[in-house]
Amino acid sequence: METLQHDVLIVGGGGAGLRAAIAVAEEHPATSVGVISKVYPMRSHTVSAEGGAAAVISSTDSLEDHAYDTISGSDWLADQDAVEVLVENAAAEMLQLEHWGCPWSREPDGHISVRPFGGMKLERTWFAADKTGFHLLHTLFQTSLKYDEIFRYDEWFVTSLIVEDGRCQGVTAIEIRTGKMLSIGAKSVILCTGGAGRVYPFTTNGSIKTGDGMALAYQAGVALKDMEFVQYHPTGLPGTGILITEAARGEGGILVNNEGRRYLQDYDLGQPLDLNDPDHPQKRTMELGPRDRLSQAFIHERQAGRTFEDPAGDYVLLDIRHLGEREIDRKIPMVRELAVRYVGIDPVYEPIPVRTVVHYMMGGIDTDTDGATSLPGLFAAGECACVSVNGANRLGSNSLTEILVFGVRAALAAVSQAVEVSSPSDQLLEQSAISEERRLESTLFRRDGGGETLSGIRSDLQETLEEGAGIFRDEPTLRRTCATIAELKSRYEKLSVGDTSKTFNTELVSALELGAMLEVGEAIAHSALARTESRGSHQRTDHPHRDDDHFLKHTLVHRGEGDPTIGYKDVTITRWPVGERVYGRG
Amino acid sequence: MTKELIRPLPRTWWLRKQSYLVFMIRELTSLVVFAYAALLVGMILTASDDASFSGLFEFLESTTSVVIHVGLFIFAMFHTITWIALTPKVLVLWRGDEQIEPDVIAGANGILFLLVSGGVLWLVLG
Amino acid sequence: MVDRAILEVYRYLPDEETESRFQSYEIAYQDDWVVLDALNYVKAEVDSTLSFRWSCRMGVCGSCGMMVNGEPKLTCETFVRDYDTETIKIEPLAHFPVIRDLVINMDDFMEKLPTVSPWLIPDEERSVEDGEFLQTPAQVAHYQRFSMCINCMLCYSACPVYGLDSSFTGPAVLALAERYNLDSRDGGKKERADAITAHEGIWECTYVGECTQVCPKGVDPAGAIQMLKLSYSLDWAKSLVMPKGGGGA
Repeated sequence: METLQHDVLIVGGGGAGLRAAIAVAEEHPATSVGVISKVYPMRSHTVSAEGGAAAVISSTDSLEDHAYDTISGSDWLADQDAVEVLVENAAAEMLQLEHWGCPWSREPDGHISVRPFGGMKLERTWFAADKTGFHLLHTLFQTSLKYDEIFRYDEWFVTSLIVEDGRCQGVTAIEIRTGKMLSIGAKSVILCTGGAGRVYPFTTNGSIKTGDGMALAYQAGVALKDMEFVQYHPTGLPGTGILITEAARGEGGILVNNEGRRYLQDYDLGQPLDLNDPDHPQKRTMELGPRDRLSQAFIHERQAGRTFEDPAGDYVLLDIRHLGEREIDRKIPMVRELAVRYVGIDPVYEPIPVRTVVHYMMGGIDTDTDGATSLPGLFAAGECACVSVNGANRLGSNSLTEILVFGVRAALAAVSQAVEVSSPSDQLLEQSAISEERRLESTLFRRDGGGETLSGIRSDLQETLEEGAGIFRDEPTLRRTCATIAELKSRYEKLSVGDTSKTFNTELVSALELGAMLEVGEAIAHSALARTESRGSHQRTDHPHRDDDHFLKHTLVHRGEGDPTIGYKDVTITRWPVGERVYGRG
Repeated sequence: MTKELIRPLPRTWWLRKQSYLVFMIRELTSLVVFAYAALLVGMILTASDDASFSGLFEFLESTTSVVIHVGLFIFAMFHTITWIALTPKVLVLWRGDEQIEPDVIAGANGILFLLVSGGVLWLVLG
Repeated sequence: MVDRAILEVYRYLPDEETESRFQSYEIAYQDDWVVLDALNYVKAEVDSTLSFRWSCRMGVCGSCGMMVNGEPKLTCETFVRDYDTETIKIEPLAHFPVIRDLVINMDDFMEKLPTVSPWLIPDEERSVEDGEFLQTPAQVAHYQRFSMCINCMLCYSACPVYGLDSSFTGPAVLALAERYNLDSRDGGKKERADAITAHEGIWECTYVGECTQVCPKGVDPAGAIQMLKLSYSLDWAKSLVMPKGGGGA
């Protein structure tokens, strides 16, 4: 039987994975590095990021300010040592990308241009029009082609981590094209598999974001951290959930309700300025408040009957008409492209209908600032990881920065660990592949099915999470959601994959993804139930206040035989004492 | 190894789509134009004495010849117009960060073509 | 508003069949459905074995290209309501081998892409401490549209030259080569010359122009290839006139 081996194996070929691979190839050319991904790298969801990436470059800005904005934005749940690492390395990573050809938008004098973003005191978001993620991903992908050392497994699906002698020694994976199950051995494995927005019914996330990596780690006994913190973006298109970037507001766009009022002024986010005022848009104020607060305001408006009603979902209006056609086409062309195509509205002439939509997982695999998990040999970076720099609410444009900074750090740490251990034996790899194949055969294909369908279980999961673990939560609904997920897990055990083909079996892939989604959904619901306070994106109507005495802590959820077990660990505070989150005043 | 299905293009691929057909006509007209040019040059080179030269002129004045030439003129014009229409693709000029309109480039090429043709006509007839 | 349509979908299941066939699915669709929504409905509710690729459903990941009524399209951007034909025929992208159903094999593209060195080759190495390369908005504009390629393969499906002879490097790869050649930070034009001007490179292109017509992102690969032809021809001419120091950027 064929076995494959690498020193470092990266699972996921998006921004974090490719950046990590390049870091290994550049810094340690003798190291063998594999990148395994269920899609071709350029299909990864990094491609959909629009607005930009934060890094201090302007002379009036400072690392101190970037750190403070991030920490206050996180409602003081971010680890401050991790935030310091993020802000200190951010600009170097952006410049590195510039040197690799990323087409950053420029000032007339040729210097990098930066724009304001929500919750930030100053303009510090680097952007490539409003296709920043697309350009970033393709720049990384094309640059990665330079290195023969990087070996790619495109369209392979990882089904489990191989853990032996208390150490992660590789993965088992299916080559989707042939249906073959193989083991890929590695001295260290880095998970860069992205988020899990698809566990909710209405999300900006692409279909591939099913939390696979989070579930792999969780099933291997590694804790998931702060999973209750789910970011709803305030401006998605009704119907599809397609993202309208925060850059639209960064460039001056405003939000109005069905009475034509800029309603954010009613939610302690400051007072609106006239659109012609040179100070509009004001930083950390109104439309440039943080995402959690804006999304919560939307729900209040809806409850008060001040949103527009629509079968595709109630909405408010995002108005960018005052920017004018030229500015819109230059700075946020994709906003126009998407609005025209998917809702038939040209934002040059009409405001865009928008509503809250699941966008990002602040939580993820518990790692330290080097991306290391509690399992030796296993690392994680990007949205699937929780370092944590995002705490209870991520600021827009910090996630692209995070995947780069922590992609590199995880890569370097993974290499240092790899040199200290030997490769897994062929016997271990062969055995793992054989037993994993048997497991899937006996669990996914040889059941009676019991009338369960994949899409049925999936949509039930999505609905119960939205109901119980949406923007506002309370104990009774969360309990119901936890119970429903337990039921769904037993229904999943009866599910049988109808497609028995070996070749490109997408139903099998979807079934494996659904397995991961159930794990992630369970972690979210139980973590949310246990946190009896309100902080950032986690709002408990039965516990409406922040409770620093009990919950200035990270939630750690471990998989159990029945319900998961919940534990906590302290937040690292270095220089920024816990305080009130203030926007739009003072 | 799984069996992948290869779907070769049928010989009639260019009939499937109007744009493919126009492309084929454009390609064919270039052959016609080239063949005629070669023929002309050949005839002039072989016209070694006055007799054969006047024989050539007689042929050129015949109805058949006029019909052929009208046809050839249409072919040549088709080729020229489609070719000029494509010039903006090759010639991309910038004024600052704004690209000069493709129509302007094609128009300029068209005018240049008319001027040169006019010049040749003036030389021949004048 | 709900309307009905019949999807006539290309099926090929290599584990069970030796030939492809068409399978019809009648669907009730909503006004805002794209073709991809219709396929997802079929997969979820009617026939779970139907295989196709998709992810972002917002026209940027490049996964969901298919032939819709004979035209290469991103199915996430193609609305069912825009077809007034009774049936909508959906096939895998033309000119590529079919792995299964609507899934094509794009190994050929993935192998060709690195041959033109589609990465920045600066004249002189610059460290991060040296700061950014200066590049004016005008200089960005020169290469920007060629940097918008999402590798969706629609252009290869539209190009009869590639359909007749798959050794042709092809539109997207050459457009990316020109994207870097036109970048003011790049000095790698000479390095890319061999691959670009090779027999199967730019000179294979007979300028059908369909790649540009079908490109969903306005990249204009046909234009890029003609620009490459002109630019490398001028380099060649210069090298004849000035054997030393002529040619190149």
